[in-house]
Amino acid sequence: MGQILNFLIRAVLQGTPLLYGATGEIITEKAGNLNLGIPGIMYVGAISGVMGGFFYNEAVKESVLSFSPVLALLIPFLSCLAGSLLASLIYSFLTITLRANQNVTGLALTTFGVGFGNFFGGSLIKLTGSATPYLSLAKISKVYQSFLPFGSKNGFMVYLAVILAVVAAYMIRRTRLGLQLRAVGESPATADAAGINVTRYKYAATCIGGMIAGLGGLYFIMDYSNGIWQDGGFGDRGWLAIAIVIFAIWRPELAIPGSYLFGGLYILYNRLNVSMQYQPLFQLLPYAVTILVLIIVSVRKKRENQPPASLGLSYFREDR
Amino acid sequence: MANEPAVRHAKEREPLVTISRRKNMPFWTRMCIRVGAGLVALILCGVITILVTGDNPFSIYYTMFLGAFGTADDIWFTFQNVVMLLGVAVALTPAFRMKFWNTGGEGQVLIGALATAMCMLSLGGKLSEGSLIAVTLVASLLSGALWGFIPALFKAQFKTNETLFTLMMNYVAIYLIKFFIELTDQSGSHTVGPSLLSHGWLPSLFGKPYLLNILVIGVLTVFMYVYLNYSKHGYEISVVGESENTARYIGINVKKVIIRTMILSGAICGLVGFLLVAGTSHSIDENIAEGRGFTAIMVSWLAKFDPLVMVVTSLLIVFMQRGADKISTNFDINSSFADILTGIIIFFIIGCEFFINYELHFRKKSAKEVQ
Repeated sequence: MGQILNFLIRAVLQGTPLLYGATGEIITEKAGNLNLGIPGIMYVGAISGVMGGFFYNEAVKESVLSFSPVLALLIPFLSCLAGSLLASLIYSFLTITLRANQNVTGLALTTFGVGFGNFFGGSLIKLTGSATPYLSLAKISKVYQSFLPFGSKNGFMVYLAVILAVVAAYMIRRTRLGLQLRAVGESPATADAAGINVTRYKYAATCIGGMIAGLGGLYFIMDYSNGIWQDGGFGDRGWLAIAIVIFAIWRPELAIPGSYLFGGLYILYNRLNVSMQYQPLFQLLPYAVTILVLIIVSVRKKRENQPPASLGLSYFREDR
Repeated sequence: MANEPAVRHAKEREPLVTISRRKNMPFWTRMCIRVGAGLVALILCGVITILVTGDNPFSIYYTMFLGAFGTADDIWFTFQNVVMLLGVAVALTPAFRMKFWNTGGEGQVLIGALATAMCMLSLGGKLSEGSLIAVTLVASLLSGALWGFIPALFKAQFKTNETLFTLMMNYVAIYLIKFFIELTDQSGSHTVGPSLLSHGWLPSLFGKPYLLNILVIGVLTVFMYVYLNYSKHGYEISVVGESENTARYIGINVKKVIIRTMILSGAICGLVGFLLVAGTSHSIDENIAEGRGFTAIMVSWLAKFDPLVMVVTSLLIVFMQRGADKISTNFDINSSFADILTGIIIFFIIGCEFFINYELHFRKKSAKEVQ
């Protein structure tokens, strides 16, 4: 029993970065922007947070500042938000203002973002002059892990992910803001005719979505990996987050169980006593499940389960 | 007072910049804008490199050039990389012309590579080298075609989103390769190398290791150019891409075209996988495609889906990567530097298309403002 509980907890922790990514991508896609740059943005968010933490640490070491938990929490958090905001702005400017192809821009942003993360990560590791191929921010990580009094090991960001997903679900389904956002994603021309500022909604959704996704990267480093940055350590979780968007049929509230399920599938091979050889088949499961969901949703053709109708298309008012 | 809202309204009606579609920009102006954007990007990359390395700009560009074309071996290796990237880009292009966003090139290459490796492993020594190569080739083409066929079938029948479908198929292929390696490789090196895949190697022409690959892809590129521009199939692809309704109206079987094109697209990707394993490395791991399935999307798009122009765009991308690699080894900086530079260049070239497709009109100073 204890083992099962332990596994469930690990699944939740493993699923949390995916939940951030998925919530962010859902908000973005609801405005009709298929942001394939999310994996890159998550890397940028992670490394921005790490950089903020690293330089704060250095300042403490040189006793410019004294170590305060509040700053140790806020500086990486805010620099993560700023970094992922900038990355999202690149994507937004190119696809919304310059109406560039979303797939190409997104993939380029992923190349750029992963490269950006690993480059600065590697450079910071070199700055420390240590022989180990990773960077450790254990002190800041402790703050992240023990910010809330309850939940000894899980830091506040595990709960924040759920809160954000629930708030996003509420906003999208139940508020005028969400209604207009969905209108922009379904039919920007109609939304435009109804007086909705399409550009503003698309920018806002992409940037907010990107910042939420970036937090997933920050959580992964500061909480899940105990403050250790390793080049490429985040892996292909960004793509899993995009898979969850489909799995959750574009609903943040379904992304919560979806992320935990995928998190569980991600580490399932550790828990079942399968031999090493069959591990890859278990790692394949989340993607196979996603394909299945994608097919089922499109075969059933229920209108409320479809992707936003204008997903992947840029909007230009004069194209009618 | 009473007419103040009206004034404000009038102001709102005339924004600072308005945008309109531009039509028929002359070919040379278009090219100038693209080359200009490329140059601006190169200069920006140069500035960043200077900031990182502290070297002077000319020596940096010279280092990059050396990285790509320094020695005869470098040149061969650069062209090998160019044709492999070009091969995938050429493979993806017919699908893109049809507005079928095949983001699954990576997986289609990988599954072709996997089929190749499996044939080489299981049939090696049992067949003559010639027939082994033939069987391997067919297997890689079929498996690549299958990886293209599955999403195409669902797209044609149920309008399943192809971008996401093909994207997920990549990871299925990656983990299948990992599984194959786990089953085959006992040494724990996470690759299956030339010692296991010792049969069915493609011959090297005139003792040049990459020449055969270069020739095959060269022929393929020309074939694709002719196929897309001068064949009935190519015409059908263009019509389906422009408007499915028009295609249906003039009697084109849209479903058939989608499926046929994706089978072709996947099969060529499979061929690239075959060339990578049987013709180049004689080993397999899940990184063997080196992300070309994704980079090729940008190559194809940058070339406006013209196979001949893709020779240039893939050369540009490979030059950047090889050059940046050289810089990072010379100055002992992180090898991810190349990705950052590639990203920046692509952002610029993507961005410049706007100025080709659209026209900006700035607001003229009106009498009201002068007041």
